[in-house]
Amino acid sequence: MKRVREGTRVFAATLFATLREIFDEAAYARFLSRAGTVSSRAEYAAFRREFEDAKVRRPKCC
Amino acid sequence: MNKTLAILGWGTVAVLGAVAVGAVAVRRGEPINALWLVVAATCCYALGYRFYSKFIATRILALDGLRATPAERLENGRDFLVTNKWVVFGHHFAAIAGPGPLVGPVLAAQFGYLPGTMWVLAGAVFAGCVQDFVILLFSVRRDGKSLTEMAKDEIGRVGGFVAYVAVIAILIILLGVAALIVVNALKASPWGTFTIAMTMPIALLMGVYLRRIRPGKVLEVSALGFVLVLAAIWGGQYVSQNAALARMFTFSAPTLAILIMIYGFAASALPVWLLLAPRDYLSTFVKLGTIALLGVGIVALHPTLHMPALTRFVDGTGPVFAGKIFPFAFITIACGAISGFHALISSGTTPKLIARETETRMVGYGAMMCESAVAVMAIIAACVMQPGIYFAINSPAAIVGQAPATAAATISSWGFPVTAADMQALAHAVGEQTLYNRTGGAPAFAVGMAHIFSHSLGGETLMALWYHFAIMFEALFILTILDAGTRVARFMVQDALGHVYEPLGRTSWYPSILATSGLIVAAWGYFLWQGVKDPLGGINSLWPLFGIANQLLATVALCVATTIIIKTDRIKHRAKYAAVTLVPLAWLVAVTFTASWHKMFDPNPRVGFLAQARALSAGPATGVTGRLIFNNRLDAAVTGILVVMVTLVLVESLRQWWGILSGAREARVKESPFVRTRLVEEQG
Repeated sequence: MKRVREGTRVFAATLFATLREIFDEAAYARFLSRAGTVSSRAEYAAFRREFEDAKVRRPKCC
Repeated sequence: MNKTLAILGWGTVAVLGAVAVGAVAVRRGEPINALWLVVAATCCYALGYRFYSKFIATRILALDGLRATPAERLENGRDFLVTNKWVVFGHHFAAIAGPGPLVGPVLAAQFGYLPGTMWVLAGAVFAGCVQDFVILLFSVRRDGKSLTEMAKDEIGRVGGFVAYVAVIAILIILLGVAALIVVNALKASPWGTFTIAMTMPIALLMGVYLRRIRPGKVLEVSALGFVLVLAAIWGGQYVSQNAALARMFTFSAPTLAILIMIYGFAASALPVWLLLAPRDYLSTFVKLGTIALLGVGIVALHPTLHMPALTRFVDGTGPVFAGKIFPFAFITIACGAISGFHALISSGTTPKLIARETETRMVGYGAMMCESAVAVMAIIAACVMQPGIYFAINSPAAIVGQAPATAAATISSWGFPVTAADMQALAHAVGEQTLYNRTGGAPAFAVGMAHIFSHSLGGETLMALWYHFAIMFEALFILTILDAGTRVARFMVQDALGHVYEPLGRTSWYPSILATSGLIVAAWGYFLWQGVKDPLGGINSLWPLFGIANQLLATVALCVATTIIIKTDRIKHRAKYAAVTLVPLAWLVAVTFTASWHKMFDPNPRVGFLAQARALSAGPATGVTGRLIFNNRLDAAVTGILVVMVTLVLVESLRQWWGILSGAREARVKESPFVRTRLVEEQG
């Protein structure tokens, strides 16, 4: 039972980490950590400025 | 003991797989349960992953867990980042999964369920997964270089140039075809048009919410956007039932085409945060959820397939698109079996996130297996319908006739009974005025998906909601590809034009943004307009063109992979093992060159572009005859140019291979030098 609970916890954590990566939340968290600041409108705008040029160049498949 | 258990376990999987594939392949004359396809696919993927990918990983690529990847060596917290393998897997799958594996298999179902299923399974295990895996690994060993850079480094300047042009060509043709699929799904459909129209203010609202109210909370705003989209689907039925509102949201195909072109231009020129990014998040959210839901629905319902294993249309006379089973089944289904476009993702973001070389197998080979499984789901969705209904939805009016009774009689005369009353009842059940001549694959897939969902959840009463959910799901992520693709193509053109006149290369200079956005939209818009005006429905000529372009890019990718394998002198028996990429390459060359020849020179006007142009010249002239003749000649020229360019890459590659294997040329791969990873020590 303990192993099942642990397995479920790991699965949920990985799934959440994957979603955060796909939806760029993790990239924003890294940006904040690198800049040593907390989330705000200005920081998010700065993140998008830095991030968007690279993001929109990525092709999405057919 | 463990070894004995493994042999027993894998032996059981092999036997089960053989039985399931056998049942799928030899069953004739009676409907088959979709679970046979599910079991056959699961066993083939399991065996392919366990044995074939392991063979490639150990004997050919010699994956080295101690070699530091660019994510570790060049880590900068932005592009290069050591990432958990499951996270990279999800990220990679979300990037490669698009409408291709849904639309292609639905169109190819006109041959029956068997050809598509066999090609999807064999193509993925022996070609598509291999291509994605090896290109990912080779990019990891080259600091995350792109396919075009690797082609230039390993094959020569011709390889790099052809890869660049092929990418632009594919993007433009793909965007034109994708837009046409949306037009065909939404024409004369106020419910569908309203739902899709609503996704735009929803995306704008999400953009503002993310920027101003809850900065960075993307998952939260995506869930909120999803709820709003569901509300829009629910509200759509009231729009369709109100005469005045229904009129407001009912558009003809040409009007929808113009609206989509305006949208594409606006999305490319507007700030990313406002429209493109939130739509991308929303579409990814819906895409991942719906694919998972469809998989569960198929297993739960395990529906019966009514389409025969093989139809009479293997002879090339099919109404959905013309052309014989070989080569057309193999270019119609691209993404579910092998897609050159995937090589761009495998040499794009993904190699910069991989923590250890050994993970490329799971990410590259494994994610493509999942994409292939999506294609199997699409085959099932298309084949659960009665064949008569499938052909009524997918056949253009020029083939089956405009009037419902004529169309039903024509399709029934092929041996697929359907009545006008059946079609009327189905249209009523899904909340549409008509389902005839809805070419493009999306409406047929939506009907199949609605059938599966409504039988698993909600019953017949929810059929209309599920149908419009499916239409919204497809149109949403096709439009996302449209705006993202327009922007990617715009950047590529700006990069190239920057060498001619420096300001044109600046991605923030508005005259350049407007000019290049207009150029790209005009290019794909031309193909879209061509499809809308084509009496054969456009898909007949444009989807094969897209398939050819996509598979030709896969040819370039496999040329790069084969060249690197032959150049790598540490691989024992490298000439023999190069067959792993050489055999799929030879197959793709045979398929794409044969298909290209047919599309250019086949004497049947429904197949050959030039024959169609001749037939139009010989027939009575109408207001659009001149334009249709020009379009057919243009399509023939585009096909010819693609073939010539890929021939150049092939010749250049063959010269390299011959020189290296005969000892006349030095084998020198351009890999980054070996650096031992620190991750193992840190973990250990």
